[in-house]
Amino acid sequence: MSVTAIDAFDATRPWALSEQVSLRDESFGALAYHHVTRRLVFLKSRELVALVRRLAEFDSAEAAVTELIETDQRERYVAALASLAHSALLDVR
Amino acid sequence: MCADVRLRDRFERGLAAPICLTWELTYACNLACTHCLSSSGSRDPRELSTSEATALIDEIAAMQIFYVNIGGGEPMIRRDFFELVEHAVAQRVGVKFSTNGTRIDAAAARRLAGIDYLDIQISIDGADATTSDKIRGRGSYDAARRAMDNLRAADFGQFKISVVMTRESVEQLDAFESLAATYGAELRLTRLRPSGRGVEVWNELHPTLEQNRRLYRWLLDRPNVLTGDSFFHLSALGSPLEGLNLCGAGRVVCLIDPIGDVYACPFVIHDEFLAGNVRDAGFNAVWSESELFRSLREPGNAGACSSCGSYDACRGGCMAAKFFTGLEMSDPDPECVFGHGEAALAAKAVAIRPASSSDHSKRVPVALSTR
Amino acid sequence: MTPETQFVDVVVIDAEVEELLIEEVSIDGLCGVY
Repeated sequence: MSVTAIDAFDATRPWALSEQVSLRDESFGALAYHHVTRRLVFLKSRELVALVRRLAEFDSAEAAVTELIETDQRERYVAALASLAHSALLDVR
Repeated sequence: MCADVRLRDRFERGLAAPICLTWELTYACNLACTHCLSSSGSRDPRELSTSEATALIDEIAAMQIFYVNIGGGEPMIRRDFFELVEHAVAQRVGVKFSTNGTRIDAAAARRLAGIDYLDIQISIDGADATTSDKIRGRGSYDAARRAMDNLRAADFGQFKISVVMTRESVEQLDAFESLAATYGAELRLTRLRPSGRGVEVWNELHPTLEQNRRLYRWLLDRPNVLTGDSFFHLSALGSPLEGLNLCGAGRVVCLIDPIGDVYACPFVIHDEFLAGNVRDAGFNAVWSESELFRSLREPGNAGACSSCGSYDACRGGCMAAKFFTGLEMSDPDPECVFGHGEAALAAKAVAIRPASSSDHSKRVPVALSTR
Repeated sequence: MTPETQFVDVVVIDAEVEELLIEEVSIDGLCGVY
């Protein structure tokens, strides 16, 4: 994952799952499919899925992470959100 | 990219629904390709009706199956083809259909260009008519090229050109790349399997080990070329190719055939791999409860490959390739890059090849009619 | 005389971090679809 992608993710903005994405729950987390890019993404933790589903309720990604993710995991989950944004699964609202 | 070991293991235990499934709409076909994996030709009178097919699409949408590969036979032969495709995309089910292109005239191309969430895959078996028509019949290559021209004229956008790798076509890789570039199309190269009529030509048509090695290196240099993850048996040669690099049959994909039979994948249309029928209690019941799929989802056993250091890379290869060449599931893949499959075949006094349980071939010469 | 060994700070982007949470593949990357 490139430095550029992490730098480009502004966690202070409000984000949401893209309208072009279908999200399906699985035992390990979820599968997300982007209908335009035809890319398939495996979200491998239930916490990440919950975070992604509830992102739209928060004024910023970092507020969502603060509310929903344990302190010692936050950096990891912000990086995960950055990766999803880089893959166009998330849009700024 | 390749899946890490833990995720591959998870998938081998099954998902809530397939990620992608192949749905053959009809066994009717206006061509008679020598290697046809579904032994297509004549329509089966028990074909799903339009209302059954529509109900199946509704179920696919409800299960959140993301992507459906509509095939056949030749799917465009069905009178309700456009109705079904449009019904699927209206519910945001992504559709790809695989076609020989003979029915994509200018009007059809324009109609297709107006449909959202639609991918089109046109099949050829050579970079020129001489090579391709040997397998697909006289006039078939030109018909495919006309279809491509019509799609371009109608501004359809990017479509896929799909080629099965045979001893002949594997020598034309650069030409396929150029052809795809001409149309701005995606190139898709897939493995020839001894499935359907393929078993009759497999010995003479499957690539040699040397050709497979060259193909592998060519693909490694071109991660943009699609493969449908059909060459994971070659990943023992080095870095894995793009894709999950594992058999998806009954785990992440499956086949629904024209009469509603559900098979583990399109390459194993045989009673041995028949999971059930959608007419009994719908598709979800088959996916979730069939005994066959339950057993396919159990952790794999390396069998004869257990002493090979590359088992984790190739997972013993393709079930279809083994089954239809008369090998056991525990044997190596017949195209094992270390030659273990060839050795296993040679060691058998007689390799009994299972006969097709579902053969809709027209066993008379088919003339391609131009429309 | 051998030159002194030079040590350079290497910044490693920890790809592992989101590799554990996310994995991506093309919808075409599933075997069993023609």
